[in-house]
Amino acid sequence: MSATTQQPSTDRPNTTPPATGTPAAKRRMPDRTTLRRLGALSRAELTLLVRNRSALFGALLMPLLMVGFLLTLGDTLGLGDGNLSVAAVIGTSAIGMVLLMAVYSTLIPAYVGRREERVLKRLRTGEATDAEILTGTAVPAVLLALIQCAVLIGVGSAHPSLSAPVRPDLLVVGVVLGMLMMVLMAIVTSAFTRTVESAQITALPLFLIAMMTSGMITQLDTLPDAMADIFRIMPFTPVMDLVRAGWLDAGGGDVTRALLLAIAWTALAGYAVRRWFRWDPRQ
Amino acid sequence: MTEHVIEVTGLRRRYGGGGSAAGAKKKGTGIAGAALGRKRGGDDGKGFEAVRGLDFSVRRGEVFALLGTNGAGKTSTVEVLEGLAAPTAGTVSVLGMDPLTDRAAVRPRIGIMLQEGGFPSDLTVTETARMWSGCVSEPRPIQEALEMVDMEDRASTRVKMLSGGERRRLDLAMALLGYPEVLFLDEPTTGLDPEARQQTWALIRRLRDSGTSIMLTTHYLDEAEKLADRLAIMHEGRIVHAGTPAEVTAQQPSRITFRLPAGVAPAHLPVTLRAAEYVDRIEIRTQNLQDDLAELLLWARQNGVALDQLNARTASLEEAFLDIARQQPQYEGAL
Ligand SMILES: Nc1ncnc2c1ncn2[C@@H]1O[C@H](COP(=O)(O)OP(=O)(O)O)[C@@H](O)[C@H]1O
Ligand SMILES: [Mg+2]
Repeated sequence: MSATTQQPSTDRPNTTPPATGTPAAKRRMPDRTTLRRLGALSRAELTLLVRNRSALFGALLMPLLMVGFLLTLGDTLGLGDGNLSVAAVIGTSAIGMVLLMAVYSTLIPAYVGRREERVLKRLRTGEATDAEILTGTAVPAVLLALIQCAVLIGVGSAHPSLSAPVRPDLLVVGVVLGMLMMVLMAIVTSAFTRTVESAQITALPLFLIAMMTSGMITQLDTLPDAMADIFRIMPFTPVMDLVRAGWLDAGGGDVTRALLLAIAWTALAGYAVRRWFRWDPRQ
Repeated sequence: MTEHVIEVTGLRRRYGGGGSAAGAKKKGTGIAGAALGRKRGGDDGKGFEAVRGLDFSVRRGEVFALLGTNGAGKTSTVEVLEGLAAPTAGTVSVLGMDPLTDRAAVRPRIGIMLQEGGFPSDLTVTETARMWSGCVSEPRPIQEALEMVDMEDRASTRVKMLSGGERRRLDLAMALLGYPEVLFLDEPTTGLDPEARQQTWALIRRLRDSGTSIMLTTHYLDEAEKLADRLAIMHEGRIVHAGTPAEVTAQQPSRITFRLPAGVAPAHLPVTLRAAEYVDRIEIRTQNLQDDLAELLLWARQNGVALDQLNARTASLEEAFLDIARQQPQYEGAL
């Protein structure tokens, strides 16, 4: 069979041989293709984020507002009651706040919106893999959150009663695991969210649990032991334990334990995504 | 030898009730659905079988139409061919590969337009195309794709400002971005105004002439009749007629209808005519219109019977389709 009969369409520029025959051989390196597709998807997603005022507010301003709130009320909340200074608690909590707001709470409506507008369904008919499609949506929020974390650490390190991160490696591991966990949790939560608007409500359970149990408002060592033990195994606490261990070399508990717990929760979230995520609209 | 770009054998697809379909429910027991019987109405906890044993193939370079009323199972069928869902039973091959397991190799060579796909409403047409183009191995220039569907003047319009028909054309343009060898179009002209519809038909013909194989679904008879090299009429999950439009037409009986005056029982008609009595008419279906009509008229003259509202129609695709559309839920579980 001649090559011309396989030419898919005569108006195709004749620069490459037809793809028939050995498609595997002519495919480019998969990682480069993946990067290209991720780039295209995240660029579109960034445009959407910038055009959506409430999403942008949640991703950029809210974390800052929350930090300001902690700063002004820090003493009355009793933030410095444990073995950490107020500044130490606020600095690390601010990172937690960025993870919860700029990543988790921002991404739920993004996934729901794409799903309900049948964008996910449409994208799935193309060459991008499922993982690329889901990652593409997350990239802008994750990048914005990383920038905010970097700024927070930079500003915090300059603060008189704080230092530069003591164990940067642990801090990076904590932030990266936290990002991954929040993205996966956002994907799972989106599966239980019907509309973009109701994402504000479905985000609450994990958000509140994380705030209350992870030592962001109350230091765990000021709590009764039994309570602190339960709090330490909640999903977001190991992430914050790693962040505190990385920045302050403190936070109590065992770093290995926190690392294993954070990985376990992340893996569980990954499993939940496989189990419950849906591409088709719910309405 | 004819090369087939799509081959389908014994394809079945069941929603819910276990089996391997992508939408399989958790409560499914894991028992394969194929052997289970089914009650009327479809959904009795064992799920609903939307596709009930299809066999067909699409040749390279042809337009193949799957024609059927709403709910016939067209979308359920093409979703399997597109690699979006697993068959409950049977096999499909696209370009010689399994569209589901060989997805990475198949997708760069096919183009898909869903019956209901979507693009982010806050992106412009160009931004949408740029996003899509970035996901295509060897994309057509965006400008060219938009020109093909006559959308170049809408390039900077937000998707949410587009009319339903324009969205449909944008969707088609995205399906064309990768120079597909095989194009899947699920109801491509539904919602288009007559002019846009003509333009889409012209585009489909041009694509076919340049070598693209096209599988389209439609519930418009004229669309299938005008565009398709071959077609299959689908009804309740099965193919009831298949072939070229001429072949399908030839399989259809011609029809003679009339009313008998009061007092003349249909039983008096010549038995060779095999007449059927309906509430409002007598109907004779025949493969031999001229002879049967002559016989009927002779009988009427000899017996002095006036045939009221006498009508003789030669077979047409429209007759075949309307006939199927008319007979709503029937022969459940038969065959
Ligand atoms: N996700 C689903 N779950 C259950 N039944 C479905 C689902 N999708 C379609 N069906 C049913 O399957 C049948 C065929 O649907 P579909 O393939 O969409 O038909 P068509 O595309 O020909 O209009 C219909 O009776 C429809 O109600
Ligand atoms: Mg359909």
